[in-house]
Amino acid sequence: MLSYILRRLGLAMVITVLAVTLLFLIIHMIPGDPVSTMLGPRASPELRAALEERMGLNRPLFVQIGLFFFNMLNGDLGTDVFSNRQVTDIVLGQLPYTLTLILSSITWSATLGITLGCYSAANRNSLADRLTGILSVSMIAVPAFVVSLYSLLIFAVNLKWFPAIGAGEPGNFSDQLWHLVLPSLAIGLSWVGYIARLVRASMLEIMGEGHVRTARSFGLPERWITYSYALRLAILPTVTVIGVGMGFLLSAAVFTEIVFSRPGLGKLVIDSITTRNYPVVMGAVLFSTLIFVASTTLADIVNAVLDPRVRSSK
Amino acid sequence: MPDLLQSEVLPETSDNVLDIRDLSINYGTPRGELQALRHVSMSIGKKKIVGIVGESGCGKSTLISAIIRLMASNATVQSGEILFKDQDLLGLKEKQMRALRGIDISMVFQDPMQTHNPVLTIGRQMVDIQYRDKLSKANKKKRAAGMLALVGIPDPEARLNQYPYEFSGGMRQRIAIAMALMAKPDLLIADEPTTALDATLEVQIIKRLEELQDEIGCSILFISHHLGVIAELCDEVVVMYAGEVIEQGSVRDVFHNPAHPYTAALLKCDPGHIKEKTRNLPTIPGEVPDLVDLPSGCIYQQRCTKGFARCQSERPAFRQINGSHGVACHLTETDLSKETSQQNEEGITS
Ligand SMILES: Nc1ncnc2c1ncn2[C@@H]1O[C@H](COP(=O)(O)OP(=O)(O)O)[C@@H](O)[C@H]1O
Ligand SMILES: [Mg+2]
Repeated sequence: MLSYILRRLGLAMVITVLAVTLLFLIIHMIPGDPVSTMLGPRASPELRAALEERMGLNRPLFVQIGLFFFNMLNGDLGTDVFSNRQVTDIVLGQLPYTLTLILSSITWSATLGITLGCYSAANRNSLADRLTGILSVSMIAVPAFVVSLYSLLIFAVNLKWFPAIGAGEPGNFSDQLWHLVLPSLAIGLSWVGYIARLVRASMLEIMGEGHVRTARSFGLPERWITYSYALRLAILPTVTVIGVGMGFLLSAAVFTEIVFSRPGLGKLVIDSITTRNYPVVMGAVLFSTLIFVASTTLADIVNAVLDPRVRSSK
Repeated sequence: MPDLLQSEVLPETSDNVLDIRDLSINYGTPRGELQALRHVSMSIGKKKIVGIVGESGCGKSTLISAIIRLMASNATVQSGEILFKDQDLLGLKEKQMRALRGIDISMVFQDPMQTHNPVLTIGRQMVDIQYRDKLSKANKKKRAAGMLALVGIPDPEARLNQYPYEFSGGMRQRIAIAMALMAKPDLLIADEPTTALDATLEVQIIKRLEELQDEIGCSILFISHHLGVIAELCDEVVVMYAGEVIEQGSVRDVFHNPAHPYTAALLKCDPGHIKEKTRNLPTIPGEVPDLVDLPSGCIYQQRCTKGFARCQSERPAFRQINGSHGVACHLTETDLSKETSQQNEEGITS
């Protein structure tokens, strides 16, 4: 088990380094350079040179990347071009909002999705199964930003049940929770359907396997077989999908944060891209990458905890 | 009158653990009703080992799935009863049936690689099946380890903490047998338990099963493709063909004096030596009839070398020919039929 975790963490590091390098290159390929964006087209060459010097843009790209890694290890992601604040501070200030949003979304949608999936599998072809089937597919089909916009219009603007913008007063837990409902609904909704379908399919497959027949032949109660024998196996692909799905959740969070004017990494990335605020973009995307790598790694580790065969595989 | 009725009911309490009477089962398929079992009757005496032989597709698994009542969802019972200790299993409520499973009737399945849950330890699975007992978990583990030792698994305490993938196929089948016998059932049903194993392992496991059966005193319904294993292990044998029982009786009677041409043909190709492993039953020329669209007359007539006119028009009834030895074949019905058959054969050759 330990050796599996160590191997998996090593892999995570390699992936992070590759991803960061790639990101660095991509950001530098975005059309328009930060110097002209910030100083305007009529800036004097001296001024431009000074800013380039300050941002390190005059050095070769690989030196910039190397420096970035070196500083990153010291927790230094550079400074905001405009406000001179530490990028690390800025990003860490926004991170909790996004983390709360995606974690709450995946928690409620996975719980509901798994329950529905199990129920559908156990009552296959019943009316309830068909109904959840139709609902699931329609939930998958609707993109998060559409749900964002409509739920904002209906529940916040028209019905005024929920607040429309912001993340709630800092320190006021119930107010923050209240502000979380609609964005979390918007991001999680398509996942309910997706996870329900996935769990149903793998549950049906597992329930037809020999070991379930064995459990039945020993008179184990059907609920026991479903929830503690079969689900433990059926959940494995879902865990992997959720781990990888963090990437989609993050991009859904970008839209949702903008629609609801919620602080968070998504809003930060968009704001800083439009102003070519390289260090902040880099910092925000770096943290998103870290979240993604961490969640896939975690999914693999959970898989290994649940499945001894994965644990022992070389 | 009531007294009279009672006395008529009483003799029914037989020495048999299991009595299957006139069991017919269909599967609903897109092509129509597939008549997988037709009028099957057989019984298993106390402490007896009964073998079932027959080609794949002849309904062996269907029969045992009906006994343990874990039938496919498209299966329907058309007729018959399955009496286990004088109650009809087919009439029990699911809850009552579940109470019997693993306690009074237990099963060993064909593929040991699929028998156990891959993500739970063997110990956990062996403890779980004792869920009805009020024993402490430690005691249940001890009992499980004791059973593993009985079926010949060394160092059982340590192995309880291992997962199925850490055991070989032979070991897993031993574990399956240990689990099935743990509650000392009255009836153990084994569906081709050694088909997936090699010959040496097969002999070892069969020997162990024989010893355990003797010790526990249970009855066994043993399904096998391997005539040698049946000859070695069983007291009685039931020969099935295309959903019907065509011959049954003591192993000695059936193996030495096969009365049905199908049994005779099987034995001719595989005289039944346990040491020689034949993976499948010998192949007999011809095809098995379509169970959705059954021919009239004898079910075996298309492949029979001794058939005569009556075989095509009339289904032979199952009848006793000598004590418990019974067969469903027109050849054994009357001396007259023998003559007819000879005439018929002559007719064909001329
Ligand atoms: N669930 C099912 N649906 C339709 N036909 C089935 C089903 N299960 C078995 N059969 C058919 O019933 C017959 C008997 O099958 P089975 O009992 O599995 O035979 P055996 O165990 O002797 O190989 C075969 O013709 C098989 O194709
Ligand atoms: Mg079978």
